[in-house]
Amino acid sequence: MNLEYSPAELEFRAAVRAFLRERLPPDISAKVLGFKRLLREDWQRWTQILHEKGWSAPSWPREAGGPGWSTIEQHIFDEECAAAGAPPMIAFGVRMVAPVIMAFGSREQQQYFLPRILSGEHWWCQGYSEPGSGSDLASLKTRAERRGDTYVVNGQKTWNTLGHFADWIFCLVRTDAESKPQAGISFLLIDMRTPGITVRPIPLLDGEHEVNEVWFDNVEVPVANRVGDENKGWTYAKYLLAHERVNIAQLGQSKRELKKLKELAARAISDGKPLVTDGRFRDRIAEVEIDLLALEFTVLRVLKEDGSQSNPGPESSLLKVRGSQIQQTLAELKMQALGHYALPWIPEALDAGWQGEPDGAAEWAAFSGRYFNMRKTSIYSGSNEIQRNIIAQRILGL
Amino acid sequence: MLQEAVQQFVAGEYGFEARNKVLATPLGFSEEIWRGLAEQGVLGIGLPEEHGGIGGPVEVMVVMEQLGAGLVLEPFLSSVVLGGGLIARHGSAEQQASVLPPIVAGKTRVALAHHETGARYALDYVNTVARERDGRYVLSGTKTVVLDGATANLLIVSAKTADALSLFLVEPTASGVEVVRYRTQDGRNAADIELNEVHVAKDRIIGGGLDALEEALDHAIAALCAEAVGIMEALNVATLEYLKTRVQFGQPIGRSQVLQHRMADMFMMAVQARSMSILATGRCAANTDRAQRRHDVSAAKAFIGKAARFVGQQAVQLHGGMGMSAELVVSHYFKRLTMIGVTFGDVDHHVGVISDQILAERA
Repeated sequence: MNLEYSPAELEFRAAVRAFLRERLPPDISAKVLGFKRLLREDWQRWTQILHEKGWSAPSWPREAGGPGWSTIEQHIFDEECAAAGAPPMIAFGVRMVAPVIMAFGSREQQQYFLPRILSGEHWWCQGYSEPGSGSDLASLKTRAERRGDTYVVNGQKTWNTLGHFADWIFCLVRTDAESKPQAGISFLLIDMRTPGITVRPIPLLDGEHEVNEVWFDNVEVPVANRVGDENKGWTYAKYLLAHERVNIAQLGQSKRELKKLKELAARAISDGKPLVTDGRFRDRIAEVEIDLLALEFTVLRVLKEDGSQSNPGPESSLLKVRGSQIQQTLAELKMQALGHYALPWIPEALDAGWQGEPDGAAEWAAFSGRYFNMRKTSIYSGSNEIQRNIIAQRILGL
Repeated sequence: MLQEAVQQFVAGEYGFEARNKVLATPLGFSEEIWRGLAEQGVLGIGLPEEHGGIGGPVEVMVVMEQLGAGLVLEPFLSSVVLGGGLIARHGSAEQQASVLPPIVAGKTRVALAHHETGARYALDYVNTVARERDGRYVLSGTKTVVLDGATANLLIVSAKTADALSLFLVEPTASGVEVVRYRTQDGRNAADIELNEVHVAKDRIIGGGLDALEEALDHAIAALCAEAVGIMEALNVATLEYLKTRVQFGQPIGRSQVLQHRMADMFMMAVQARSMSILATGRCAANTDRAQRRHDVSAAKAFIGKAARFVGQQAVQLHGGMGMSAELVVSHYFKRLTMIGVTFGDVDHHVGVISDQILAERA
């Protein structure tokens, strides 16, 4: 099989690289490459620039306002963006709710929401998990009672990523408590400014604000904001959960992190010599480089075997498991490279432009927190245990 | 009895909420808790009876396990085990008499200022120099990531005198000493300490040089091993409870064979970790010869580093999203285990020690 990129694809890569060189604001890429905190306006500014180029929704077909790229082109775009230090795309709007609205939404919903996702006017977040419903998402309890043209929503969502930045939330809610759990769920689009919604930060182990609890207290949602049919929400959710394939392995990001790891190993000094001269540590870098190569070429095989954007199969479970493990290994090795410098906690150093004491903290301050934060990758988006169940059941027939 | 006494103190004074209060202090330190530990006699554990102490490395191990389970932030290790222990074994009679009783009483807090940028885990990598001048020593250099350096009022500083490593008692308030204080990832504190022509009287040298330092660090490593064991056992208890009570898909998640096996693996690691902790402490307690002590303490740190990584990571994993939350104790245990893992040599470093010995035996 041909593992080379075609001339057209190589040209495309060059064009993307040139665009990033010209248009990615250096202050933003400095934050991303330096592991500094990104602000909401950083993401918005970048989305604007992408939107002007017509590239804010890389996975969308032309009819919807996207560039109509192949999956390989989308993959190339993601890699180049990651390498250049573009802010990671927030998947919830462009990659998650949008395909559902395109496939199952009303024309009004498509006409209203899709352009606003494209332009960045609407920042979307997800309302899926609940305290009692993690892996067992179908057991969710947030209730939507039909009253005429309105649903009244009561309940609690958790692990809501960046909901404190969001304008809209797509929610799985229970509209039928009598039926089998999967058959009583609906898919609602809810304005975050609707009265009765409260967002509370969940403090995470790295001290950063990333996820929230979202409380719904008699929140009124127009029935017109329901996507598709009542009680068919689980079908739409499954469609959404399996739909994200190009990015699930986080390949571009991991390649960038591997490069960073090598830089760190060259700069860290151990007994007066660069750490990269330590064979044992260097072997660990070599091993993850090999693993990353295996992941990369598996991604390319998957993309080439199914060039369309149709619903991917359970192969995405493999990409998720291996992608998350490699992310974790890279984060761990970067922390390990620090030696005793993994100990200090200097939260101020994560702000762009900080130059304080102790000496050099601006360089290494992010890596222990990153190691802690990356433990989430084997838990979220379907834990790696669940992913192995999917492989066992749906690929291996066990 | 010692175990129960410390356990009760920790349970009473250092529950999760109480600890959160200490966590919120500027340096992760409570004067009240420290006083309480002094009153319980904890700050004399492992120090000579004639100066108010009691017990030895075995008692230190017992205390460290309880302090680990309680995630106690206060600097028992730095002050009593590392600092006090070093002075007790190698200090002059005068130094012992003047420094040890205030340590036991909770008045003096010691920190070992040895690590420098460029060393990583090499013991003998020290660029701080101590020049003789006018009958005193003058110290210049920079120490980094000095554990508990932010709350110490007495430092033990390593410096090279005519190419040999020596250890000096230095007040952080002395002229020429600059302390940059910060917190650590596990809620404790550390400091970078710059010494700019700091004058130190000759009677402030602790004898024993590099060997004394190495021995003191072995005692500290053994203590860290014990702390890690206390944490791992607590994590396993918490995780087991979660597996039994967290219901998904209509049943406790602990019914899953996958999770049962994972929990069994965590259990096996903790059992063996305890064995290695006992070994390391045993080698410090008996006057074992240096080679044996070095070998076994490194083996223990390597093994326990591996175990701690596995148990810590899996405890988070098995708690699902809750394992990531700062509102549950699990992530706090995980962070402390991780920091223990990088302190005084990580797994790779200590595997290297054993590996080097294997090669040396062949030579």
